[in-house]
Amino acid sequence: MRYMMLIYSAESREALAPEESLKLRAAHRKAMREAASKGVLRAAEPLAPSSTATTVRVLDGNVLVTDGPFAETKEQLAGYYIIECDNLDHAIDWASRIPASCKGGEGCVEIRPLPGVPALSQAESNAGSFER
Amino acid sequence: MRDVCAAAESVFRRESGRILASLIRISGSFDRAEEALQEAFASALASWPQKGTPQNPAAWIMTAAHRKLIDAARREQTRIEKHDSLRYETEIACAPCHSGAESAAMHFPDDRLRLIFTCCHPALSLEARIALTLRMLGGLSTPQIAKAFLLPEATLAQRLVRAKRKIQEARIPYETPPPERLPERLAAVQAVIYLIFNEGYAAASGTELVRHELCGEAIRLGRLLCQLLPHQAENLGLLALMLLQHSRRDARMAQGELVTLEEQDRSLWDRSAIVEGLGLLEAALRLGPVGPYQLQAAIAALHAQASKPEQTDWVQIAALYEKLANLHPSPVVSLNHAVALAMSGRMEEGLRRIDELARGDALNRYHLLYAARADLLRRLRRYEEAADAYRRALELAGNHIEIAFLKRRLRQVLTPGA
Repeated sequence: MRYMMLIYSAESREALAPEESLKLRAAHRKAMREAASKGVLRAAEPLAPSSTATTVRVLDGNVLVTDGPFAETKEQLAGYYIIECDNLDHAIDWASRIPASCKGGEGCVEIRPLPGVPALSQAESNAGSFER
Repeated sequence: MRDVCAAAESVFRRESGRILASLIRISGSFDRAEEALQEAFASALASWPQKGTPQNPAAWIMTAAHRKLIDAARREQTRIEKHDSLRYETEIACAPCHSGAESAAMHFPDDRLRLIFTCCHPALSLEARIALTLRMLGGLSTPQIAKAFLLPEATLAQRLVRAKRKIQEARIPYETPPPERLPERLAAVQAVIYLIFNEGYAAASGTELVRHELCGEAIRLGRLLCQLLPHQAENLGLLALMLLQHSRRDARMAQGELVTLEEQDRSLWDRSAIVEGLGLLEAALRLGPVGPYQLQAAIAALHAQASKPEQTDWVQIAALYEKLANLHPSPVVSLNHAVALAMSGRMEEGLRRIDELARGDALNRYHLLYAARADLLRRLRRYEEAADAYRRALELAGNHIEIAFLKRRLRQVLTPGA
């Protein structure tokens, strides 16, 4: 089962001090190298800060664009890993190795299983609903 | 017929946890396991009256349930072959069913340890852990559990469904944790069992009978944990603690009113529970290392061993609370420590510590702090100050049994001569 590890951390206004930034990147690289060497790393990437976020909603056919993330919370999504694990305990082990305290604040990692896209059911493929 | 039903019922109540634990391992699904067990139980009720109760009823039910699982898996397989697209959701379920079925069923291994660890997994909410543990490993039905927790049955059923879905979909493993994780995970299991006990012990309303049952279930689970992991001192400590507290159940209430430890009729204490608790505590302390359940059990033991309140070894109790506070710092433990110090003769120091706690945030709205303060002042015959503290406790107390008790005490200090 693939698990997505969503890194939430407090965003501070000031940029991270250079040495802290280096330390953080090194910690991520270490976690990624470990996962890659076990052959379980599927993806991992940082996100640009939430100040760059744009939220899109479609209401009655109108595209509504707003500045900012989906929810204004102290902790914001800062990056993600996708790791292949046998079960949740292994996923928890990996998650505990991901540095979450980005940019000074406390952070946490939310684990979500990725069940995969359900196969097309008989009814759906008859209707061709995906192609239309 | 009635005998057969009774036999089946008793097997069900006694053995269902163990059978279920194995069925979950084999099927990889709580739902499929429960369904197979239900069907096997129905088969037993249909077949035993004609063919007689089998020699080993539990093994009979296990074998029957295992066959039901295989049948269900075969039906599923046929369905999959017809609709290949559904494979992704059923492949896990069918895989393990090919192992030698009948022979294994006669001497099936005890899978309840995995089941306990899965039910008490920290990735589940605490409410879910409690409900699941009681439902899967206890002998209580969903309606009984709902009643004990004063919840609508539908709420509890929903809670169980959600928990089982999370186990399945997030793949909470059905395993005993590895040694490096065992201490923290075992502590989580012990916490669930002790919470169940306390829910029953804090008999707050008219559902006393069900709540006694909850204590009984917690003790049964504590025994099971000792049986499955006998070399863990805290398992023994927890069981000892519950037995020693439960030994006072018949003396704690009189005419619907709370009776304090000091005023209890000690002849009503359950001697056999005390003897068992003391034995377990001794074994736990020999085994080591010491932990919070053992320390609390040791405190309960000192109360249990005093045949009169005046003989209580408060010096020793205060020392144990101090140890407990060092191991697990908590304001409530500090409060108990302060009371024990006062009772051991260091009255002024105890009162001073209580006043310090009252100034802190954690306990300044905790009614038992003021009740404890009032009680010490009453002993010092400082009745006016005691009355003030009782009034403060009354403002904050929530449950009517405690309110009745505090009112009685308040009357006593207002008319000390009477």
